[in-house]
Amino acid sequence: MKCLVTGGNVKVLGKAVHSLSRIGDELYLEPLEDGLSLRTVNSSRSAYACFLFAPLFFQQYQAATPGQDPLRCKILMKSFLSVFRSLTMLEKTVEKCCISLNSRSSRLVVQLHCKYGVRKTHNLSFQDCESLQAVFDPALCPHVLRAPARVLGEAVLPFPPALAEVTLGIGRGRRVILRSYQEEEADSTVKAMVTEMSIGEEDFQQLQAQEGVAITFCLKEFRGLLSFAEPANLSLSIHFDAPGRPAIFAVEDSLLNGHFVLATLSEPYPHSQDLRSPEPCRPAPQLQAHSTPHLDDFANDDIDSYMIAMETTVGSEGSRALPSISLSPGLQPPCSLGPHSEEEDEAEPSTVPGTPPPKKFRSLFFGSILAPAYSPQGPSPVLAEDSEGEG
Amino acid sequence: MGQGGAAVRALVPCSRGGAGAADTTSAVFGAFQGQTAGHGYFPTGKLHRVEPVLRAKLAPGTLDVLRVSNMIAKLAKTCTLRIRPDKLNFILADKVASGGVSMWCELEQENFFSEFQMEGVSAENNEIYLELTSENLSRALKTAQNARALKIKLTNKHFPCLTVSIELLSVSSSSRIVTHDIPVKVIPRKLWKDLQEPAVPDSDVSIYLPVLKTMKSVVEKMRNISNHLIIEANLNGDLNLKIETEVVCVTTHFKDLGNPPLASENASQARNPEQMAEVHVDIRKLLQFLAGQQVNPTKAVCNIVRNKIVHFDLLHEDVSLQYFIPALS
Repeated sequence: MKCLVTGGNVKVLGKAVHSLSRIGDELYLEPLEDGLSLRTVNSSRSAYACFLFAPLFFQQYQAATPGQDPLRCKILMKSFLSVFRSLTMLEKTVEKCCISLNSRSSRLVVQLHCKYGVRKTHNLSFQDCESLQAVFDPALCPHVLRAPARVLGEAVLPFPPALAEVTLGIGRGRRVILRSYQEEEADSTVKAMVTEMSIGEEDFQQLQAQEGVAITFCLKEFRGLLSFAEPANLSLSIHFDAPGRPAIFAVEDSLLNGHFVLATLSEPYPHSQDLRSPEPCRPAPQLQAHSTPHLDDFANDDIDSYMIAMETTVGSEGSRALPSISLSPGLQPPCSLGPHSEEEDEAEPSTVPGTPPPKKFRSLFFGSILAPAYSPQGPSPVLAEDSEGEG
Repeated sequence: MGQGGAAVRALVPCSRGGAGAADTTSAVFGAFQGQTAGHGYFPTGKLHRVEPVLRAKLAPGTLDVLRVSNMIAKLAKTCTLRIRPDKLNFILADKVASGGVSMWCELEQENFFSEFQMEGVSAENNEIYLELTSENLSRALKTAQNARALKIKLTNKHFPCLTVSIELLSVSSSSRIVTHDIPVKVIPRKLWKDLQEPAVPDSDVSIYLPVLKTMKSVVEKMRNISNHLIIEANLNGDLNLKIETEVVCVTTHFKDLGNPPLASENASQARNPEQMAEVHVDIRKLLQFLAGQQVNPTKAVCNIVRNKIVHFDLLHEDVSLQYFIPALS
């Protein structure tokens, strides 16, 4: 693989890497026919992000040396980010950036051609890996919001930088509401400030959702995409479904597209009625009822809704259909997926049957397919890399 | 104080027409009772009669409340807000937690609000005392930098809150509304006596302060050497800041600062103008005080009671601030 990025696109690439670094610790780099794909997933599998740069984004783009299979690699995010650490430096001094992957050497070479004849060469070690692919399809989501990233950037401005989660919903008069989400702690003496931002429908390019729908997701991860999209003046679309189902945040232009898939809280937003009607005077509701999901409620939730469905295959063989796992209310521990049992090495410890989930974004490592796979990136989707033996 | 007040009063109050739907129907009346319970929290499950009421609109273009709240946030993590029909106060009372430091900040209500309506706990005690985290208020008001209208209400949304509702200026026709619910604790009447205006002590020396920015940079450097600072001043316009360790002594001398006119003639004759009055304080408390002063005040006076306390009396346009730092024991 060899690709050459020049001019302002170097900074764009750098910004994309910065965005991805907000999500995961490992970067999956895969040259495809459609373009160069950079992907990452967080450790609890509750957030997945990918950027695809079309061949036209590059001055030169060669996915694979002819006759060879395209190479895929996984690099430490920290290492790759260090190349693009200073965006101002990239803008001011870097003229060209060349990324090449040589199957012979075990290094990913990133070479920055800078002003005054300075050339910086980074040799990053990588691991061979399977393709990282999340299963998601924006077309299947019934609700869509689309607005210039700037509008959404302004919308999150009133929220404290440290705020972890935010609820997005449609309120009365089809106003889009963003509200800070605090975990209900019945006995906490220090209450946190609650901030709410209400934006009119007119500010959105598309608003396809009914009043009352709402999802809660991680704001910090969303800010990662915003920081990329805002300066680039892109439109950001949010595709979402019921609480618990992953929400898809997408940006696109002629040269690239980006998708951030974030898990959402599966408990229905406890104050969803607030979004629909004003509350002139109301006795304090029993907050505790919503804090721990009962086993009954949980049985109705698809356990997979906590995480983004990932699909696993091996290299160029094409997708292998996996048995889909449906859970009985008894909450069976994840069973080994037969021949894929080695992948379970990566899995988080399974829950004890009968225990309600302690935390919302649990990481469960199931390989079930929820819906027909949508692979925006093309071939070879994989859940996670196999252990070393498989290669 | 008078001049500052006149200048602010010239601001145009915000038009009622622009208020929007957010105003009228949302909770104005907080259903909670503060007095008899030892704390102000709303006991869950019960609905009590309406008690303190606050509904106010800030005159737009008045960023002073934001500046004041930023300053308070730097001075005290938690503070008490006292609301009266004519005045608002931010109070930090002498507490072990704050190291004995106390603060009294006063604003004239009519200089900041175009509309102001309040009802205290009773007709005789037409006051409201709220305890809140200062940073919450400054963060909430920060959103108001581009506001068309700003309203503050006392509400009860599962717990007593100061709700700051801001209508933002927006390019498009639709308005954007930000609401911040700041959790507050309504302080019961029996604790009000601890939150009264502190008596200004009879000082041994009273002197005008130098430019605070200069003073702050000096104190910051000294802090690296020692935590024990000596402030001394005399009636001849001299102020010294001193630190002493085994290894080194550093003193910064400020001269020709001027002294405010003395209250009584007799006192001035008895004292030798050259004689220094000193007080030993924890340098960090002084630094915290100076950190809160982003702008140089209109008036800044330092009163020293020998070996007891140092009292800073500042005036930022029409906001008065008093800060007391006790001497190290």
